[in-house]
Amino acid sequence: MTEITSLSLFELIKNIKEKKISSNEAAKSFVDRSQKSKKLNTYVTENFENCLKLSKEFDNKPNFDLKLPGIPIAVKDLFCTNEVRTTAGSNILNNFVPSYESTVTQNIWNEGGILLGKLNCDEFAMGSSNETSFFGNVQNPIAKDLVPGGSSGGSSSALAANLTPVTIGTDTGGSIRQPASFTGTVGLKPTYGSCSRYGIVAFASSLDQAGPMSKDVKDSSILLEVISSFDKKDSTSIDFKRNNYSSELTRNIKGIKIGIPKEYRVDGMPGEIENLWKKGIEYAKDCGAEIIDISLPHTSYALPTYYIVAPAEASSNLARYDGVKYGLRSSGESLIDMYEKTRSEGFGEEVKRRIMIGTYVLSSGYYDAYYLKAQKVRQLIKKDFDDAYNKVDAILTPSTPSSAFKIGEKSNDPVSMYLNDIFTVPVNLAGLPGISIPAGRDKNNYPLGLQIIGKPFDEQTVLNIAYSMEEKINYKNNITDWWME
Amino acid sequence: MDGIMSKNNSEFFIERNDNIYEVVIGLEVHAQVTSNSKLFSSSSTKFGAEPNTQVSLVDAAFPGMLPVINEYCVKQAIKTGIGLKAKINNKSVFDRKNYFYADLPQGYQISQYKYPIVGEGNVILDMPEGQKQVGIERLHLEQDAGKSIHDIDPSNTLVDLNRSGVALMEIVSKPDLRSPDEVNAYIKKLRSIMRYLGTCDGNMQEGSLRADVNVSVRIKGSTELGTRCEIKNVNSIKFMQMAIIYEANRQVDLIEEGEEIDQETRLFDTKKNETRSMRSKEDAHDYRYFPDPDLLPLEITDEFIDQLKSEIPELPDDKKKRFIDEFKISPYEATILVSDIDTAKYFEEVVAKMGKNRDMKLAVNWITGELFAVLNNKNIEIAHSPISAKNLAKLINLIKNGTISGKIAKTIFELMMDGDIDPQIIVEEKGLKQQSDPKALEELIDKIINDNREKAIEYKQGKEKLFGFFVGQAMKASGGKANPQLINEILKKKL
Repeated sequence: MTEITSLSLFELIKNIKEKKISSNEAAKSFVDRSQKSKKLNTYVTENFENCLKLSKEFDNKPNFDLKLPGIPIAVKDLFCTNEVRTTAGSNILNNFVPSYESTVTQNIWNEGGILLGKLNCDEFAMGSSNETSFFGNVQNPIAKDLVPGGSSGGSSSALAANLTPVTIGTDTGGSIRQPASFTGTVGLKPTYGSCSRYGIVAFASSLDQAGPMSKDVKDSSILLEVISSFDKKDSTSIDFKRNNYSSELTRNIKGIKIGIPKEYRVDGMPGEIENLWKKGIEYAKDCGAEIIDISLPHTSYALPTYYIVAPAEASSNLARYDGVKYGLRSSGESLIDMYEKTRSEGFGEEVKRRIMIGTYVLSSGYYDAYYLKAQKVRQLIKKDFDDAYNKVDAILTPSTPSSAFKIGEKSNDPVSMYLNDIFTVPVNLAGLPGISIPAGRDKNNYPLGLQIIGKPFDEQTVLNIAYSMEEKINYKNNITDWWME
Repeated sequence: MDGIMSKNNSEFFIERNDNIYEVVIGLEVHAQVTSNSKLFSSSSTKFGAEPNTQVSLVDAAFPGMLPVINEYCVKQAIKTGIGLKAKINNKSVFDRKNYFYADLPQGYQISQYKYPIVGEGNVILDMPEGQKQVGIERLHLEQDAGKSIHDIDPSNTLVDLNRSGVALMEIVSKPDLRSPDEVNAYIKKLRSIMRYLGTCDGNMQEGSLRADVNVSVRIKGSTELGTRCEIKNVNSIKFMQMAIIYEANRQVDLIEEGEEIDQETRLFDTKKNETRSMRSKEDAHDYRYFPDPDLLPLEITDEFIDQLKSEIPELPDDKKKRFIDEFKISPYEATILVSDIDTAKYFEEVVAKMGKNRDMKLAVNWITGELFAVLNNKNIEIAHSPISAKNLAKLINLIKNGTISGKIAKTIFELMMDGDIDPQIIVEEKGLKQQSDPKALEELIDKIINDNREKAIEYKQGKEKLFGFFVGQAMKASGGKANPQLINEILKKKL
């Protein structure tokens, strides 16, 4: 039999329901493998003991009607977890233990999931390589010294290394899809308003969205079904009819219209990305989809718009970390001195950079030129998609303009780092669902991903297209366990 | 002559070296919304609880916590807007006002900046020289901050977050006020309207009503506005008036000395009775307002507004008009009776209980005279009056139908206070019924005339002053119970 840790979530659930594997056996396998994988630096906080205990409790009183019966799951350390330290990858929350649970994680525990641990991420989810985390770099299991993407880098790494059967991340500008693409895994950012933001450490409130990360498309559909819910505790949560994504999943996408936006052929795009996209178009055709050329004319403004809106919101969202109520407090001569010392020591470089950008673009005299204009452009970008969706059901693009890069390669060049988000950012600005699926490899054998963008609340179509293409692409990660001792 | 010109009305001018200055005042009133829970959380708003016992995770701005609007507070703001005859905006937006302070847990206050929930309206003031209309610029909803306490611990500042997140209405007036008296009338009228509506209790001691006072001066007759100073967070009408008088004189002095007035924020020191500079325009905060992405714009339908309109009770201005029309009382009397909702209620109950043969004049006089005096003396609200409206109405009816005299009524009134006793019972138990039997009174008067023969002759010879002497004797002989009108009539006839 295949090792427990390399099973898909769907297979694991099946085995547990058929009593071939107990929850405790599954927990032991993932804990054991996680303990042997410390070199990857995926965990910020381990919950192993408690996970083993809870899995035993599950086995003593199993409930197989649940959607995640006794399944151990590690989550990004941006989700507040009751009585388990939650750091957001930051020194300023180094010792913060919430007394409450995020809605998304609560949904998982309600369906039988058991917390394995909290996964590393870029500080306050600001980064594309997991290099801004206070808790250090994360290794990509694909190859040594390769970044796992970011900001959900601990999640993508742990998932690709089989340390957790599935995981959840958050995606503000690509933080689920880009790391999925870098690790040969699947990552879905749902429509804004699909998953509650309650209890998720906020980065940019109008863009943040939690979503599933998994080894295949079916697993993402199972997890989305669990985490997506209307929540009165989040005023931006939307009360729409949610599908039974996993049971409605189908490979029949015959006649579905898929748009190819010409503006995504950016200057300097590597040939292998271009080829991947071409191959993707062929796969989609093979699946019975109709390919249509479309235009999203404001695409080139998406990145600058994003880097105004996101820092602006972040600068305000992060004001609460002031040393007064919780988290790190450095002593100071006066209140202002205490603020300055706490925030200087508590925040890393990238977070400080974005707070400064955000403060600047909201300042009087600059607000109209930056923030207000960015909001107007954001509307135009959204309208581009609305217009396109009059003609097509979904849009196919590459997930990223390159494959995973080496640790340290871009960490001193913020702009080249920001360019990583070029294909994912417009989706957040427009609040749309988008998925990244592994679709090929570059010359180094590093994985490359394709992105499918859907209409608002039409996660089902996005999943169906991905599910159908996944079969044709037939990508398999080749993990060598190089990091194990 | 230098100084403040005093006049027998509400006018206020400052005279210096032959220049007459007028003061221009605008108020930003912060009124705490009457509600059980806070604007964006379910914590209690009860006053006087132990520090930090009414604080939710949202109020303390824990990571990942999100605001959820309290619909009741929105309704209260709309009702207040209706009471101010103001435009209710179908769409309004909550913004973040960003600044750091220890008692501001989020690092920003959620407020409304460009798009307030209520737009322009107005308030009518009853001044000695007539009615005056004061424009309302806007009303918006916002969160209160917590409280920093500097005087408990010698080396630390303590923070109480019980107030953090409590809903406030900021009501901004146009610069239409011209005197401390008008400010007094404006605050009282606002408070009266909000108490009628039940949207703010107006309790200034508990901080439910505070104001930032904008003051500028200009030469009387000028139409341009002078440079203004904002006096922050004044929490009593008296202090507002003192601050305005001080500040207006300070500004006039500066102008007279040929100096410029700096636009700045000032504090009123109640102990020294002076305003002090807090920060200049250059040091003004850049609040970096932007729409709060955690909250959707507030959309209010016309049906929703109409529904609330239908729930609005009769407000002071309408009530006053009705009192004048229906009860035929003077505008002055009506103004006094409607200024406080509980007084108006009491008055209407007295009127109702008096029945068909009601005497409005007596009712008004007894409430605004004897009753007000007692309430003032004992510092009691009319809602807790020691004499109920029902029993006061009975007392008035006893006077009206001649059972007792006005003089006896005052004695009875005193006795009634001891547990709201029915005046009828007092009259019977103490035998205070007025003597109105003409035969008995005639006998009584005959005896007095007989006993005072000489005085009766002097009266007949023209010493008319003596009439009062006979009345007094008759009242004395009857133990004060004789009907004074009958006494008069009989005396005239007999003498």
